[in-house]
Amino acid sequence: MPMNDFTAVVPVIIVVLSACAVMLAEAFRRKHEDMPMGLLAIIGLLGALASSVLLWNRHLVGFGVVSADNFSLFFNVTICVIGLLTVLLSMGPAERDGLPVGEYYALMLFSISGMMLMGSAKDLLVIFLALEIMSLGVYVLTAIKRSSEDSAEAGFKYFVLGAFSSAFFLYGIAFAYATTGTTKLDELGLRIAATALEPNLLLILSLVFLLVGFAFKVAAVPFHMWTPDAYQGAPTLVTGFMSTGVKAAAFAAFVRVFLSTFEPLRGEWVPVVSALAGLTMILGTVVGVAQTSVKRMLAYSSIAHGGYLLVGLVAANAAGKASILFYLVSYALTNLGAFGILSALSSPDRPHDDVRDFAGLGKDRPALAALLTVFLLSLGGFPPTVGFIAKWYIFNAAIQEHMVALAILGVLTSVVSVFFYLRIVVMMYMVDEAAPGHRPALSVPVMIGLFVAVLGVFYLGVMPGQLLSLAANSVASIF
Amino acid sequence: MIPEPTLNHYLLLSAVLFSIGTVGVFLRRNLITILLSIEVMLNAVNLTFVAVDRYLNAVNGQIIVFFVMTVAAAEAAVGLAIVIALFRHKDTLNPDAFTNLKW
Repeated sequence: MPMNDFTAVVPVIIVVLSACAVMLAEAFRRKHEDMPMGLLAIIGLLGALASSVLLWNRHLVGFGVVSADNFSLFFNVTICVIGLLTVLLSMGPAERDGLPVGEYYALMLFSISGMMLMGSAKDLLVIFLALEIMSLGVYVLTAIKRSSEDSAEAGFKYFVLGAFSSAFFLYGIAFAYATTGTTKLDELGLRIAATALEPNLLLILSLVFLLVGFAFKVAAVPFHMWTPDAYQGAPTLVTGFMSTGVKAAAFAAFVRVFLSTFEPLRGEWVPVVSALAGLTMILGTVVGVAQTSVKRMLAYSSIAHGGYLLVGLVAANAAGKASILFYLVSYALTNLGAFGILSALSSPDRPHDDVRDFAGLGKDRPALAALLTVFLLSLGGFPPTVGFIAKWYIFNAAIQEHMVALAILGVLTSVVSVFFYLRIVVMMYMVDEAAPGHRPALSVPVMIGLFVAVLGVFYLGVMPGQLLSLAANSVASIF
Repeated sequence: MIPEPTLNHYLLLSAVLFSIGTVGVFLRRNLITILLSIEVMLNAVNLTFVAVDRYLNAVNGQIIVFFVMTVAAAEAAVGLAIVIALFRHKDTLNPDAFTNLKW
């Protein structure tokens, strides 16, 4: 049915159209004319969200390579929520920091369309193209603050290592094509299963190179070198966007490729990924403790969280797979909330970035300080926030799969990580003298965005059942 | 007489090209040359696709090559734009000069 082909990609089309609308609006904008670019972006993202919900349970496939199964739709919705929160939290701060607003939202929407495609692609080539659509947008977003040298430097470092890793990913695809003569995930899976008893050198090389490509994108140690620099130099909300959106999209493709297509080679990759997971958790936490820049600290925390997600990937029983999806939603809400507050507090010339900048925030802005405390506690994994439940499910799955060492390592690193989250909380409430500098007022969209995020953190923390069964349902659709 | 090159020769050649590109990214001390090294890596992969296609008598790999070339062009455009943004701040193309953020 040709009509079904297009129906399956409707969410992506809507996002691309709204990106084009924003770009045209920017092109026709007269100097100093205000245009509601953020609103256009929100309309597009809401449309994509609604169409993803309507496609639920219909299992359409578009053009043989883009699938609208429940797994893709779960990620579509997650990524739309990430996009909506980022846009809401940017309305105000983006204008204040002098970013080119039209380009900012257009690039963000284009990279969101790439992220959505990445979760839905059923062909390695489409995954590669989606990865590039996503990444090219995010490279430019990282370097978008043209007055800032840090922003350009972060953009270049991210670009070089990102392009480098996608070359590796592509080489992995070439080897997979060389061994099996196809790039379609389904056929590839069948042929790998047929030869699984004696995997040849090219297939193993393909596995290794694809793994390197994914490890770069999810910032797993030792492929994490770009993360702290890119996260510190990028405009604060872009950092929030890449740490949540890029991670979610990369894990979507990671899960699809490794847990379904390369499942027959589990014996080969599970030990490697387990080692990566362990190293990632340790390094993210230990180096995070030593940071004084809050953005850099959150970058290392993001690396550590990537490690917890990798634990879910190796402990891939039914519960483990669902817990990866749950964890990504939880991390997105929490981390965007934290970065939203950071960006709301910055002034154009000086990011609110040093730990000492938070001194006296509890007295100065009690509501914001309370919200930031909630987000930081959720990142550290305190009940009754969603961060606790998400970690609990992941470690639980690891123990069920007899990966006790990884689970213990995960719990220990979470405990250590609480130290650097609480350091900010202590600074906000226990230090009386206020930090120098003016803290700007919040715009209404930012307040709405923060409210939604904190609501999600508590709601999912107290009643995780519904989302968890949705996650289990959607993950079941790709096996 | 030179023997007819086989698939293995092509795969070896593309592996050598890919390694040259990889080493270039880390060793060259000029931002533009680093970008060129990445292009060398992508084209090494293209060579693999085309060689495999000739061996399998298929066309899928050659179609993929067109996509890769498009992506490489887009990447080059973005990369050069970022290099220009950097150059405006420091007037140099030496990557060692950009150390505001701990590398």
